[in-house]
Amino acid sequence: MLFNWFRARQKSKEVAKDRLRLVLMQDRLSVAPAVMEEMKDDVILAISKYVEIDRAGIEFSWKDIDRKRALVASIPIVALKRGRTATDRASQRPY
Amino acid sequence: MSQSLVITSGKGGVGKTTTVANLGVALASMGNKVVMVDADIGLRNLDVVMGLENRIVYDLVDVVEGYCRMRQALIKDKRIDGLYLLPAAQTRDKTAVNPEQMKELVRALKEEHDFVLVDCPAGIEQGFRNAIAGTDRAIIVTTPEVSAVRDADRITGLLEASGFEKPELIINRLKPRMVARGDMMDIPDIIDILAIDLLGVVPDDDYIVVSTNRGEPAVMIESSKAGQAFKNIARRLRGEEVPFMDLSDKETIWERLKRLVRFSQGG
Repeated sequence: MLFNWFRARQKSKEVAKDRLRLVLMQDRLSVAPAVMEEMKDDVILAISKYVEIDRAGIEFSWKDIDRKRALVASIPIVALKRGRTATDRASQRPY
Repeated sequence: MSQSLVITSGKGGVGKTTTVANLGVALASMGNKVVMVDADIGLRNLDVVMGLENRIVYDLVDVVEGYCRMRQALIKDKRIDGLYLLPAAQTRDKTAVNPEQMKELVRALKEEHDFVLVDCPAGIEQGFRNAIAGTDRAIIVTTPEVSAVRDADRITGLLEASGFEKPELIINRLKPRMVARGDMMDIPDIIDILAIDLLGVVPDDDYIVVSTNRGEPAVMIESSKAGQAFKNIARRLRGEEVPFMDLSDKETIWERLKRLVRFSQGG
C-alpha cells in the first residue's frame, strides 16, 4: 500500500486527455467508403501517368504508426511507361 | 429577432433535457416568449422534467399530421409567463416525422416566440436529423468524461457538415474538487480537445436530482449553483456578456482529511 502511495502516478485527467486525443484522431480520420473509393481512383490516376499498374492487386488501408494514422497503399507495378525511365529522360537532355 | 436552438449531445444522459428545461425557464423569466420542443419521439421526458406531464392532450406528431392546431398542442406553464412546451409523441417513433416537417414546425413556432428550444434525442440517426432541421444555432452538451467528450466531437463534425458554422459547448456536471486534484478534465482541457466555443459551464449539483424529482427546474431555486449557471447561459443567449462563474470550491481541512482516510482504507 505504501508503495502505491508513493509511486508517482499520472493524474487520471492526463490519462483521459491522452486517450481522448488518440481516439478522436482516429474518429476524425475515418473516411466514408465512397470518399475512400474516390481517393483511390485519384491516386491510381496519378500513378498511372508514370507506371503501368496491376489494378486488381491494389490495396488501400489505414494503419496506426507511432500514434499517427497512415494511409498505406500497396500498388503492384507491371512496367514503367516509355519516356518515363531514367535513360529516356537522360536521352532527352540537350547536352 | 427570434432564435431557434437545438440542444444536442450524441451521448445520452449528459443533461440535454435538464438544460432545455432550465434555459426555457430562465429565458421566460427574463421576459422572453419561449417554446420548448421535445423532439425525442417515443422517449419523451421534457414533460416530466418540467412537471407538465399531466397536462398533455396533443403532441408534436398530432401537429405535424394535422390532427390539431399548433395552439392546441402547446402547454402553457402556469408558473412562468411566456413559457410553452410542445411535447413529443410517446406511442410513435422517430420515423413519424421527417426533417422537412420539422423545418416547417420550427419556422411556424419562431413566428410567435422569441426562443424555440429543441430537445434533441441521443444518437445520430433520424431523431437527430429531425431535431437539427430548421434550427439556426446548435448547442452541444457534454460532461467532463471521455465517452461524452468523444461523442460531442462526433456531433460537432456532423453539425458542421449540416451547415452549422459554430456549434457552442456547455460543459455539464463539472466537479471542481475533482478537477482540483487532477481527477477530472478541466474546462481548458475540453475546449482544447474539441476546439469549439464555450457557452457555459454548469457545476455538478445534487439539487438537479431533487428538482427533477419535483418537476421544478433548478433555475427556479435561488440557491442552486447549477441554476445560477443556467441563468448565466440564458443571458448569453440573449446576447449579454456574462463572465464565467468562479467554480472553485475549496475543501475544508476536515473534509480533506476524511477523504484521505477513506482513500487509504480503500487502498
